[in-house]
Amino acid sequence: MAKTGRYSALALIRQALTGNRDWPRVWRDPEPKPAYEVVIVGAGGHGLATAYYLAREFGITDVAVLEKGWIGSGNVGRNTTIARSNYMLPGNEAFYEFSMKLWEGLEQDLNYNAMVSQRGILNLCHSDPQRDAYARRGNAMRLHGADAELLDREGVRRLCPFLNFDDARFPITGGLLQRRGGTVRHDAVAWGYARGADSRGVDILQNCEVTGFLMEDGRCVGVETGRGRIRAKKVGVAVAGSSSRVMAKAGLRLPIESHVLQAFVSEGLKPVIPGVITFGAGHFYVSQSDKGGLVFGGDIDGYNSYAQRGNLPTVEDVCEGGMAILPMIGRARLLRSWGGIMDMSMDGSPIIDRTPVEGLYLNAGWCYGGFKATPASGYCFAHLLARDEPQETAAAYRLDRFRSGRVIDEKGVGAQPNLH
Amino acid sequence: MTAPDRIVAKEGIAAREAARPAGAAAAASCRRREGGLIDRSRSLSFSFDGKAFAGHPGDTLASALLANGVRLLGRSFKYHRPRGVLTAGSEEPNALVELRGGARREPNTRATVVELYDGLEAASQNRWPSLRFDLAGAGDLLSPLLTAGFYYKTFMWPAAFWEKVYEPLIRRAAGLGRLSGAPDPDSYEKSYAFCDVLVIGAGPAGLMAALTAGRAGARVILADEDFRVGGRLLAETHEVGGRPGPLWADDVLAELAGLDNVRCLPRTTVYGVYDGGTYGALERVADHLPVPPPGRPRQRLWKIVARRAVLAAGATERPIAFGDNDRPGILLAGAQRSYLNRFGVLTGSRTAVFTCSDDGWRSAADLVRAGAEVAAVIDTRPDARCPDGLTGLEDVALIAGGRVVETRGRLGLTSIDCLDRDGRRRSLAVDGLAVSGGWNPALHLTCHQGARPVWRDDLATFLPADDLPPGLAVAGAAAGGFSTAAALAQGAERGAAAAEAAGHAVRKPEPPEAEDGPVAVTPFWHVKESRARAWLDFQNDVTVKDVALAHREGFRSVEHLKRYTTLGMATDQGKTANVQALAIMAELTGKSIPETGTTVFRPPYTPVAISAFAGRSRGKDFRPVRKTPSHDWAVEQGAVFVETGAWLRAQWFPRPGETHWRQSVDREVLAVRNAVGVCDVTTLGKIDIQGADAGAFLNRVYANGFAKLPLGKVRYGLMLREDGFVMDDGTTARLGEAHYVMTTTTAKAVPVFRHLEFCRQVLWPGLDLQLISTTEQWAQFAVAGPRARDLLREIVDPDHDISNQAFPYMACGEVTVCGGTRARLFRLSFSGELAYEVAVPARYGDAMIRALMAAGAAFEVTPYGTEALGVLRIEKGHPAGNELNGQTTAANLGMGRMVSKKKDCIGNVLSERPGLNAPDDLRLVGFVPLDRRAQLTAGAHFIALGRAAVAAEDQGYMTSVAHSPNLGHSIGLGLIQRGGERIGEKVRAVDLVRGADVEVEIVSPHFIDPEGERLRA
Amino acid sequence: MRIPCPLCGERDASEFTYLGDAGPRRPDPTAPDAAEAFHDYLHLRDNPAGWHVELWYHEAGCRSWLQVSRNTLTHELGEVRRAEDLGLDEPSP
Repeated sequence: MAKTGRYSALALIRQALTGNRDWPRVWRDPEPKPAYEVVIVGAGGHGLATAYYLAREFGITDVAVLEKGWIGSGNVGRNTTIARSNYMLPGNEAFYEFSMKLWEGLEQDLNYNAMVSQRGILNLCHSDPQRDAYARRGNAMRLHGADAELLDREGVRRLCPFLNFDDARFPITGGLLQRRGGTVRHDAVAWGYARGADSRGVDILQNCEVTGFLMEDGRCVGVETGRGRIRAKKVGVAVAGSSSRVMAKAGLRLPIESHVLQAFVSEGLKPVIPGVITFGAGHFYVSQSDKGGLVFGGDIDGYNSYAQRGNLPTVEDVCEGGMAILPMIGRARLLRSWGGIMDMSMDGSPIIDRTPVEGLYLNAGWCYGGFKATPASGYCFAHLLARDEPQETAAAYRLDRFRSGRVIDEKGVGAQPNLH
Repeated sequence: MTAPDRIVAKEGIAAREAARPAGAAAAASCRRREGGLIDRSRSLSFSFDGKAFAGHPGDTLASALLANGVRLLGRSFKYHRPRGVLTAGSEEPNALVELRGGARREPNTRATVVELYDGLEAASQNRWPSLRFDLAGAGDLLSPLLTAGFYYKTFMWPAAFWEKVYEPLIRRAAGLGRLSGAPDPDSYEKSYAFCDVLVIGAGPAGLMAALTAGRAGARVILADEDFRVGGRLLAETHEVGGRPGPLWADDVLAELAGLDNVRCLPRTTVYGVYDGGTYGALERVADHLPVPPPGRPRQRLWKIVARRAVLAAGATERPIAFGDNDRPGILLAGAQRSYLNRFGVLTGSRTAVFTCSDDGWRSAADLVRAGAEVAAVIDTRPDARCPDGLTGLEDVALIAGGRVVETRGRLGLTSIDCLDRDGRRRSLAVDGLAVSGGWNPALHLTCHQGARPVWRDDLATFLPADDLPPGLAVAGAAAGGFSTAAALAQGAERGAAAAEAAGHAVRKPEPPEAEDGPVAVTPFWHVKESRARAWLDFQNDVTVKDVALAHREGFRSVEHLKRYTTLGMATDQGKTANVQALAIMAELTGKSIPETGTTVFRPPYTPVAISAFAGRSRGKDFRPVRKTPSHDWAVEQGAVFVETGAWLRAQWFPRPGETHWRQSVDREVLAVRNAVGVCDVTTLGKIDIQGADAGAFLNRVYANGFAKLPLGKVRYGLMLREDGFVMDDGTTARLGEAHYVMTTTTAKAVPVFRHLEFCRQVLWPGLDLQLISTTEQWAQFAVAGPRARDLLREIVDPDHDISNQAFPYMACGEVTVCGGTRARLFRLSFSGELAYEVAVPARYGDAMIRALMAAGAAFEVTPYGTEALGVLRIEKGHPAGNELNGQTTAANLGMGRMVSKKKDCIGNVLSERPGLNAPDDLRLVGFVPLDRRAQLTAGAHFIALGRAAVAAEDQGYMTSVAHSPNLGHSIGLGLIQRGGERIGEKVRAVDLVRGADVEVEIVSPHFIDPEGERLRA
Repeated sequence: MRIPCPLCGERDASEFTYLGDAGPRRPDPTAPDAAEAFHDYLHLRDNPAGWHVELWYHEAGCRSWLQVSRNTLTHELGEVRRAEDLGLDEPSP
């Protein structure tokens, strides 16, 4: 790590005394080479994490990560920063718990403080069937070695006395608590992985849009980019909301629709909300950032969109949900809203798999839940690229599962992306 | 006077400086004796940090505090730097206060936009113990350590310390103002409006646009965030058409008020542009009052659908970055003029002007005219001279080619140091500094649909892009028309075009005469000679050095810059910071500004209270309540209710002496099994299906056969999704040759109806049938139990034979009840008992339940609620919501053979996929605890005896449990691998989250009457 | 977003419920390749960035299923027709 300089309190002090003049670049800005062993399309969280784990875990450092704009400009830069492993179905829970374990050691691993903050995530429930479903889920989590606690109404009150217990249309009857859940400083995840990958020799190429795939004998052997042709033994695509557009260049149609999800932040406030809270009778979830802003969101707008912006009905719906459980936030002001493009899959679960095109690999379908998956997604995609076989916790994320019927449908709503 | 003369004149400055006491403190009152748009005849009392002050109607909190000599208003976010007012508008980064008290406390409120009212209470925030002595201000000394992004480089050791030590410390320091912690006591309203032309901003451009369109007869809405119309005219001394600007604005407002087709919305901020010409606006109905008057909302959220819109939001002045440019007393020049001209307040007893354009000189001219002392004009342009048209500046010293490099004054400005063009340093004792770095058009709304502003070198600013939101035009300073004359002309032109586009004939407008001065700016971003920190983002404490660090570390994209340094992320969204920072990054990279990037803005333009978005959907009114026809009756019976989706249903009916819900429910269950019970089942979805092809249609939407359902019969129907999983179940009755009535589950009533309409309209429009939901039109009651027929004989009119022979199990028909009331009778059973469902038009629902109860008294009729209903169906092994969870197949539920392979129906093809037919798949079976005293729990997972409770051993899960009063112990339904083949086997039901681990036996799911004799009785 | 319903006039999109791409037609369940055809029909999408013909249901209005042409990059609305009038159950060409 000599080139990038190891971060430490001592380094901070040394730099402070010399006017902070010698901090090196966090990642290089290299020229593209004509060929790499692996090219990853998309320098978001997943793409950068993939490159990092390729280098660190699998010894493959002849890697380029190609980004159309600036790194982290996709969903890793526009989400509500939640990390959790509170899934129910066998195909999911092991993977997300693996991701949680990677989060837990991430900062020391990366020597970059991404502020992984395990302040807990509490899912509220409002009826007996919902409580039973949470019990089913909590038990699945525990069977997978994750932590989960089922709280009754009083347990929720002890933890979050400020919730609406007196005047609720849908009374809080309890909740599912994962204490190890929490939030992570989202941009720092991209930067930390970029720094870690870069220091191991990975080339991160910004402003390098992929315009097509190089095909030879039906095999993918590289990419055409705005900065020239780049050959590769293997090409991995991790472009989230742009998955359909990019894979169409290889002639593939995906079980994916792109939808807009809005997110919101309030003005900075003195801390009032300890962890992450989700409303069970409406679409609302909230946490409070270390800067004091309430970071919150709700449901997707519900129609195909690449516009990176949403509409008012969803803003109103989300704020109604917020007021339903947290009437004290009414006089806080919504400061900023934004929209990200979600790669909504047909069962709400992701895809990490080979494609029918040899040499071309796909990491997609994260819906609105890709951020928490970043470490494991990178690790498992790297595993697949390096060894041509799925990592065990990601074995269910097959591209052909809709053909086989082995779907992973946590919500039980079927092949309709906007309902997941 | 020529420029060289002025340079000579500065020798005199030094002499004057020497004679002046250093650190001239702010005067007790800075209010001028006359002038301004305030009502001096009335006085308003208010308090700040507990200290009492007085102001006048027409003041803002900021102007009133400045008038009282209060310059220190807040502390910055990171370094807790002492801060005063920087601006006079909604772009204010510094002067944030907690307004009001108690549950109405509003943190982070910009004092510059708070309209003063009598009794106003405000407090400074983010300081301890007081605003003047803030201990956290000591952090400023550590600033070399606390550079942009320092936290990414530390706080990592030891790992466990983040949550336990570092983060709690950081969070304690985080945030600005405090929420009250109490529910917002005020109410909020939503309004919808439709118009031809929405005009945003009521300055010269907006007023002219509204007037032109209004005179043409267009439906116009004019919205302005201020409480007085006029925009920039209120802050300047310009004349329009020979009238003082504010008076001209009043004249226009008066004319607009007389036009029926024009609605003026003062105190209304258009905060967002949404698709389809929809604009979001927030009207502050009562924020200028101590509390909203009774019955009035505090704020109103407007959704305005406009065919055309004219954005005339003006412009925001930008500061210049120089050493310690953040001290109280340093204001933007335009703001200083606003306080002077609009509010009659001097923001310094002795003021210097620092400018890079002619515009800053207006401050000097206005100050001189007001008799105030101007220490010097420091103009960055080496060839600067007094602009044409400004008078009275002959005696004002000019430092051409000058720069302010440092400032002094711990809690307020006392002096500045500047360099002249030869690099000579001068100190000036001033307590006021007016800074003008040029103007940025307020083009925020133009970006809300993704358009990116474009840089104009000649104006040294970003202008709105060409790809504006559809229907939106921009006029005045927001479009770069910075002179009053340009604003009036553009306003008239855009207003006319908008009205014409909306179909109105427009007479060519003639804008009144006004100043049309040059607007050239020689951009000047920061003073390179400054050694001290030079602030860009005042609230978040981002300095020029932070931008340089971001550049050094590779965070060079504008978005990386913002995210790494937090620039532009504060409550003001960087309105006074973003362009400067971008320009400085451009300098560092050696690229042009357009090559470096642009700044975009997202809604809302200014922050909007979450309450306003929620409106009336709060508390109990969060969502509408649906009540069953027997609701009032159930209330009379003392029923306990439960939310079932939007419905409120009776959960059980406690009787005197029952102290636990189980006692009530057990009694109700036993009553059904032994006598007769009545339950309101109106909430089940009802869909009326009529037409020649109704039968064929049902045969395609249900998985089981429906083609041959005889007249007068009901059949259970299993509905799949197209992906082969179970969507819903219910029954369909054939009431006529071409008339069917379907019931759905309560939860799926809406989606099933939508799905059926999809099938009818999209998939098979050729079929002849119509659908309508009649859930609300029919009140429906289940009458269940061995005495059910006896009871119904008392209700159903005697000419209908309901004997077992005439009306057997699964019969249905139209009957009359209670002497001629139209009704439908279905012989259905969810409980497994002899049972009926009787439906009457909803308006007779209340009478029906009362009639049933009266007639049933002889048979010991018992009302039962959803809880008993649940016990009864679990005893009978019927799947319900917990089993129909969208993840189960017909085979999982033991109904695999029902899926007809002989016909086309929704879900048929894909239900054949191997993943839905795995040999070791889950099957629904019953469970009983080996120790009959043990309680089963839903959500427990099944693990083989003697195996570890780990995921690899997971065999399924318990879906529903109940205490069966008939069996005297707990029973459960659950999905377990190969369940049907394992009857009699014992496994563990492990419920780790409830701490339960119960050995259970796998049994048939039909706990009661497996042969179905009772329901056919 | 506002959708011009052929029966009700222009209404806010919040009155409507979205389903998805209107392009795929339900295949013939008796065809020999029905399994594969149904897989494609239900799951595979072009998901274009640009104009998209899609199905919306005017749930809070006339209950018409509508075939709506809409640009997914700009949210601009194009032609809107009632699905019932389109003869969608005719075999696709």
